[in-house]
This record gives sequence, C-alpha cells and structure tokens, in this order.
Amino acid sequence: MNKFTSKILSAAVALSVGLGFTAAVVKEAAAWEPKKPVEFVIMAGKGGGADRLARFIQGIIEKNGLASKPFVPINKGGGSGAEALRYLKDRAGDPHVIMATLNSYYTTPLRNPDIGVDIAEFTPITRLAEDTFQLWVTTDSGITTVDEYVAAVKAAGPGNWKMGGTGKGQEDSLVTAMLEKKFDIKVTYVPYKGGGTVAKELIGKHIDSTVNNPSEQAGFWEAGKSRPLASFTPKGKLQGRFGDIPTFEELGYGSDMVYYMQRSVIAPAGIGEDVQAYYVGVFEKVYKSAEWQEYLTNKGLIPGWLTGSALTEYFLTEREAHRQMLQAAGEID
Amino acid sequence: MRVAELSMAVVMAIFSLYLMWKSTELPIGWIPAEGPGGGAFPFWLSLGMLLCCLWMIGRWVTRTSPPSRSTEPFMTPQTLKLFLLVAGSLAAMIGLIHIIGVYGAVPLFLIFYIRFLGRHSWAIAGSLAVSTPIAAFLFFEIALKKTLPKGYTEPLFYPLYDFFY
Amino acid sequence: MEVLGLLINGFVIAFEPLNLALIVAGVVVGLFIGAMPGLGSVNGVAILLPMTFLVPPTSAVIFLAAIYYGAMYGGAISSIMLGIPGASTAVATTFDGRPLALKGQADKALVAAAAASFVGGSISVVLFTLFALPLAGVALAFGPPETFALMVLAFATFIGLGGDDIPKTLFSILIGLVFSTVGLDIISGEPRLIFGGLTGFYHGINFLVLAIGIYGIGEMLWTIEISQGEVLMSKATVSFRRILSNLRDLKGNIKTMIMGSFLGYFVGILPAAGATPGSLMAYGVAKTMSKNPETYGKGNIDGVVAPEAANNAASTGSMLPMLTLGIPGSPTTAILLGGMVIWGLEPGPLVFTDHPDFVWGLIASLYAANLFALLINIGFIPAFIWVLKMPFTILAPIIFVLCVVGGYVPTQSMHDVWLMLIFGVVGYFMRKLDYPMAPMVLAIVLGPLAEPAMRQSLIGSQGDVMIFFERPISGTIMVIALFLIVLPLIKNMRKRRKRNAANGPN
Repeated sequence: MNKFTSKILSAAVALSVGLGFTAAVVKEAAAWEPKKPVEFVIMAGKGGGADRLARFIQGIIEKNGLASKPFVPINKGGGSGAEALRYLKDRAGDPHVIMATLNSYYTTPLRNPDIGVDIAEFTPITRLAEDTFQLWVTTDSGITTVDEYVAAVKAAGPGNWKMGGTGKGQEDSLVTAMLEKKFDIKVTYVPYKGGGTVAKELIGKHIDSTVNNPSEQAGFWEAGKSRPLASFTPKGKLQGRFGDIPTFEELGYGSDMVYYMQRSVIAPAGIGEDVQAYYVGVFEKVYKSAEWQEYLTNKGLIPGWLTGSALTEYFLTEREAHRQMLQAAGEID
Repeated sequence: MRVAELSMAVVMAIFSLYLMWKSTELPIGWIPAEGPGGGAFPFWLSLGMLLCCLWMIGRWVTRTSPPSRSTEPFMTPQTLKLFLLVAGSLAAMIGLIHIIGVYGAVPLFLIFYIRFLGRHSWAIAGSLAVSTPIAAFLFFEIALKKTLPKGYTEPLFYPLYDFFY
Repeated sequence: MEVLGLLINGFVIAFEPLNLALIVAGVVVGLFIGAMPGLGSVNGVAILLPMTFLVPPTSAVIFLAAIYYGAMYGGAISSIMLGIPGASTAVATTFDGRPLALKGQADKALVAAAAASFVGGSISVVLFTLFALPLAGVALAFGPPETFALMVLAFATFIGLGGDDIPKTLFSILIGLVFSTVGLDIISGEPRLIFGGLTGFYHGINFLVLAIGIYGIGEMLWTIEISQGEVLMSKATVSFRRILSNLRDLKGNIKTMIMGSFLGYFVGILPAAGATPGSLMAYGVAKTMSKNPETYGKGNIDGVVAPEAANNAASTGSMLPMLTLGIPGSPTTAILLGGMVIWGLEPGPLVFTDHPDFVWGLIASLYAANLFALLINIGFIPAFIWVLKMPFTILAPIIFVLCVVGGYVPTQSMHDVWLMLIFGVVGYFMRKLDYPMAPMVLAIVLGPLAEPAMRQSLIGSQGDVMIFFERPISGTIMVIALFLIVLPLIKNMRKRRKRNAANGPN
C-alpha cells in the first residue's frame, strides 16, 4: 500500500515537473505570467461594498478566463485596512499579491502613522471606477429638496438630527463633515459597521439621513422607501438612472461639494515592469468586459480607467485632499 | 494543585492589570451626550477580571475552593512528560511551517507522533504522512483555492499549479 | 392562497434535473466543508461563488443554498465527534454532543442533530412561506437598542451555563468580552488593544481561533492526559437498526425541537443576530424549561436537539432580511447577497414581485436541500463512526493537523495559528483548575454584537440610558432578560431559606 502510493506520487511529481519544465521553456520568451494563484487582498471585511466588488471582479476574471492562475480573494479588513496595508508593505517584491483599495487607502495611513506605510511606495495597477455618494432621506420624512433638509435639521435642534454612516474618520463621516460645514448645521453622527446596515437603519427610521453609495440604497429607492436629495458629483458625470439626481453644483451650492470613493487595484513595491504590465493587461480586459460596463451604469459608478504614473499622481493628490479633510474634522493634527 | 491555583490567579491578575493599562490608550470614561468611550468596555471589564482574581486569591488563602484544598500534584511527572512531548511537537510543527511549509512540517509531525509517540508501524505512519498532505493539497488548494503556507518549498509547487489550473 | 401557487411553482423549478443535481452536489460539498474545523458555511459559499457563473442565477442560488444547508448540518458533525465547533453556530451543539460521543453514543447524537436540523429547517421554511413579508417589518423595527436588548437576553439565557465556581465563571465571561474588543473600535475608528503592536491583532481575535484553540488543542491535551495516550476516542458502534431505533427514541424530544425551531427562526430574521445567538438562546431556554437541568452539559440529548433545530431554522430566517431588505443576517448571507448582485438581481422590497421565480425557487430548494441533507447525513453516519474507532494515537495527530490548518485558513495568517496554540495550552491549564471554558467562547461571539449596539444607541439618545427601556420592543426584551437574570438568584435564595428552615429546629 505504502509502496504503491509512493510510486504513484513519484510518477505524478515527475510528470508535473516535466510539464512545468516544458511550459517554462515555451514561456521564457513570452511576457510574465503568474506561477501560482494570485492573492487578491481586500482591505475590508466580508460582505461589505468593497468585498462584493472585488469578488465581482474575481468572478469576471474567472468566467471569461482572463488569467492563467486563479485570483484568490483574501479579506484583511482589520483596523480599517491597516492590516492589509502592512501586509502589502511586508510583501515588497512579491509578484503574486495585489490589493483592491478604497478610500481608507489614504485615510488609514494618515490616521495610524505607526503602521509605517507610505502609499507612494506601492506599485499602481489601475483605477477601475469612482463610486459616488448621495444624500438620502426616507420618503416618509416628506423632505424633497436640500433646502427643506437644511431647514429640518435646523428645526430639530443641535444634535437631535441623526446621520448614519460607516466608522468615524471614514468616507461617510468626511462627507457628513462637508455637509455640516457648507450648510452650517450640526448633526449627531452614528457609526455603523457597513453601508448596507446604514441603509437599512434609515428605512427602519433609527436614523434620519445617510450619505450612502447608490448601490446600497438602490433597492429601497426603487421600492419608494427612500429618496436621494442631491448627488456629491460634478455635473453630468453620472449616467443611467442615477444621472437624474440633481448634483449639489446644479442646485447652486458650488462645485466643491464633490466626493468620490475610488475603486483601484495596487501591488506591492518593487515587482518589476513586466509584472505590472501583466496585471494592467488583465484588468484592462476586466474593464472592457460587458459585465463591468453594465455594473458601472446600474450601480451609479463613474468609469475611470487610469494607470501608471498618472494613477500615482492621482493617489498623492487625493491623499493630500484627505489630509486636509481629516485635519478639518479634527481627526488628525 | 495549590501552587498552580495561586499561580494562575496571580498571572491572570497581572494580565488584567496589563489589559487595563492597555485600554487607557482610548478614553475610558463617559463622554457627555455620547456614552462610554472606546476604551471603557475593555477597561471596566478588565477591572472585573482583576476583582475576580482577587476573589480567587482570597478563597485560596481561606482554602474555600476545591483546587486550593487539593493536595494532588498539578501534573504528575508522567503527565508532564506527555504534555511537553505533545505540545512541544505541535509548537515545533507550527514553527517549521514558516520554514518548510505545511507540506514539509505536517508529514514530519505525523511520523513523529504516530511512529514514536503512538508506536504504530512504519507502514501506517508513512502512508498517513504521505496521504494527509496530498488530501490537504487537493481539498484546500485545488478544490477550495485556499493557499497554505509553503515557506522555502514554494517553487517546488509551481509545476503542480501549472498542471492543475 | 396565492402563496401556495407560487410555492408549488417554486418546487417545479427546484426539481428540474439540473437544479436537483445541484442540490445533491451542494449538500455533499457543504457537509464536508462544514465538518472541517475552521471551515463553515461562509467559506463554502464564498469559495464556490465564482463557479456559479456557469449556470443560470436561480440554479446558482439553489446550489449555494444547498451548500449553506449542508454546511449547517456538517457543523454539528465536528462539534459532536471532535468537540470542536466548526463555526460559531455550532458552539452550543458541543455542550452536550461531545459528552454523548465520549459516552459511546456519538451515533445517537448525530442522528438527533440531523433530525433536529430537519425539523428546524422544515418549520422555518413553512414560516418563511407564510409570513415572509410581514416579518420583514419586524426586522426593520430592530435598531441598535433592540439589538443590545437581545444580546442581554442571550447572555441571560445562558447565565446558568457556567460551573459552580462563581469567580471563575465570571472571570471566563469577562476575559471573553475583553478579547472581543481587540481590533478596531468602529465607533471612534481607532485601533484598540493591539498587543505588542502586532498587525495580526488588527483584525481582532477571531472566534474560531479561540474555539479551535480551547476545544481543539486544549481538549486534545486534556484527553491525552486522561487516557495517558492509550484508549480509543469513542466506543461507538453503528448499525442500520440502531439508527432507526435512535430516530424512534427522539419522539420525546419533539417539544424541544419545535421550541428551538421557532426561537431560532425569529432570532434569525433579525438583521444583526443570525444563527449563533439563536442556537445559544435555544440551548439556554431548553435548559431552563427542563425538569432536570443538571443533566445538561453531561450528555442530554435535548441539549443537542435544541441548538441544532434553532441554527437551521435561523439560517432560513436570515434569508429573509437578505431578500427583502438587502441586509445580510449572517456573514454567509452577506456573500449570497453579493452573489445576487453579481447575477443582476436587486435584493430589496421589490424582489418578491419582480423575481418571483427566483424567490420561490430558492425557498422550495431550501426545503429540498433540507430533505437531502437529512438523508445524506444519515447515510454518512457509519463512515463518521468508523473514523472515531481509529486508535487515538492516529486520530490525535490528524486532529492536531486539522486544527492548525483550520486555524490558518479563515484569515490566512500564521499569527492566528500561534495564538490558537497559546489559547490551547493556557485553556488546558485553566480547565485543569476548574475554569469553565464555554462562557468565554460565548462571550467572544456575542461581545462584538453587543458593544457597538449599546454605544450606537447611546450616541443616538445623547447618552440617555433610558433608551433601552423606553422603546416598546427593546423595553420588553430588557424586562424579560432582567427577569431571567434575577430568577435563578431568587430560586437560589428560596432553596437556601428552605434549607435553613429545615435546619431551623435543630
């Protein structure tokens, strides 16, 4: 029995080594290809918006056979992505790991300098889209315009208007701070674990308003339970059903009421240009797929293909913008 | 047993103090109009742990809990030897995973345990040491696509990945 | 009876050859994934999600639901046979399942678990069919204060779970709660209790790490000490006749099954809760209602039946907020929800009217999955018993390997494996000194649900504690919970008074 198993094993090993060897010879001249499954790190927990998106991308890769080795999603959402960032820093030079990012890519290193991560060191792959934010209330509240909203918040008295959102110092709280400053109002910010919960809490009337992403409120909006008052996007950028929501700019509140959630993919430092080119190639196919384009329109995302040094520049500009926002909110010095 | 009971209570009391100190990195008080701060939960719960430890120490002094009356040894020399062998080999296996990976450390551990602790035949030890990693590889890496750590043995698996995907 | 027509239509969909094949395949896959310590339904569903692109959405969700159900059944298997809960939903099953296995009645416990799961699944599917939409409103009414009240109730129901040693039981609960706060404080967004600055602590202390450490490694060390490395794990025998007679013996447990099913279902539909609190509460209630509560934890078959009926009922229940509100009631449904989005189905209040085929096909397939899970599970019992009959010195190292791999896979970090070893060794020492371990594991499951809910409520009420009592639902639950906490104390006092009265004349 023992001998038999070991014989089979050695045969299998010999066979696969042989196969691998020929494959290596054939591919030598060709571009870089992954040699083992690629770790697709997600800097958020299971079930959240970022997680769903990353798994959707993985699904597109798998369904259309865009890569020779599987992309395996791994959630490292600890500490608002601090764990994921540190993990990528420690994996410098490893070509088999990439990461799906969101805006905590800027805010987490700013808020936790002790993790020692400088995002400028990472290798940019691509930006796939920018997710958007709207101001939402329940239909039952009777509020239909931003003016009525501001009046209602002021009438409620300081601190009595509850705004739900994700954790403090994250996107929702920054958008809320923008609102408070613009309209000189004061709301009580209640942090929840994820955007989906926030959306449900609004419909259950445990909070009075939210700044959800379109995908999180879409179901309730269609059912006539919630209503978007205005969109935090520039004029004419949003397409599809979300394009009909007025922007703050169109309503005459200035062009500074804009905030995006970036959806990008990055890799560790020092992976080599051929590796970078490989991943850009894979994600270009993802970006051009019918599934992705349909998702963008249906879920109210703004298409935004960006790669190379332009992407790095974009990251650094956004980091600076977030530094100022966090300082204004008193979250960092 | 008496010594062990006291030592555990004292160690846990010190651990509680450490937790309390660590909790103070965040506000531990009541923030007006907001409720307890971020450190409040762990701080006051650790204080509770500390009080429980003091209670246990008190009962040790008055000999009112069963382990503090027991005169049995906490571990007989026989038990201690077995514990050290098992826990030690387990720790060694986990340590080796960092270097030679799951597929190197697991067979070594199985052979050590089954052949030398269990005194089974080489045939049983050997076949399990070979079949367990193969089953694990097929189940976790191929079926579930969860890569297990491989340490420095990583490149040996490239041909296998090429073969299966 | 429009609903009935829709359901029949759903059954027609579920019994299409492709879908039926997927149900059977899903149940088998789920059973094995669930039976591995460390892998639960979340992993099964998450990993297999991309595969479902190959089939139409309705078939895909049917496949995933079958895996979900299979894994729920499978979770009981590792709880009973190895004493290691494979997922948090199966923790309560270990309390009595493990002692039964040690007594040589593993087959009895396994049959009971399968039958209870079937009853729980069946009752919950009926409830789902009849009351899906009105119950969605209940789920919406549950905000943070209600969630917190429910957690207090969950703690209250298992207050008697600990040992006789009060300071040690309290200590165990407290240390579990403190461990549950490690990681990120979501309210302030600050990292918390990052011991030694190790990045592995940023994701908190995973329940599985503690459970596998204590129940896997700790228990194995304990068994090795007791047996001095020699005896068999279990003296179980199995035959077809025994399985039948075991099934017949379960008649007396039907009341508990029904109680567990209803409780599990209603806790399951609440968005934050999911199956874990449901199964714990069912265990606690079964023990409280029982005429001889002292037999619990020592191998009472009701102690297996109640949580198993509840966790399967709850897993159907947690489909409800997912479908109607787009809110997952459990991590597994969160992934399923992601699947729906990928398939282009918009979960939300309109899904019942817009995609009736999908919803009712899913419900009917839940039912079919439930039936097949029962049959397949019982069919595998002899194989499981055969495994248990292997010499302990062979089984033990394999279980250790399973623990190490199971500790690694959920987060894919070696940090957690080391942590698990530490928990195992310290847990073993503590257990030798009569520290009860169950309260610690329960606390680390419920803590992360309770603390944010409490603080969110207080932020909303500007720091006013009365919010928990003023709102009708949370107020009611709180009062019941406080009653349950006070009740054992009164019972105790009365007992003491009686004893004093009896002693009085002397």
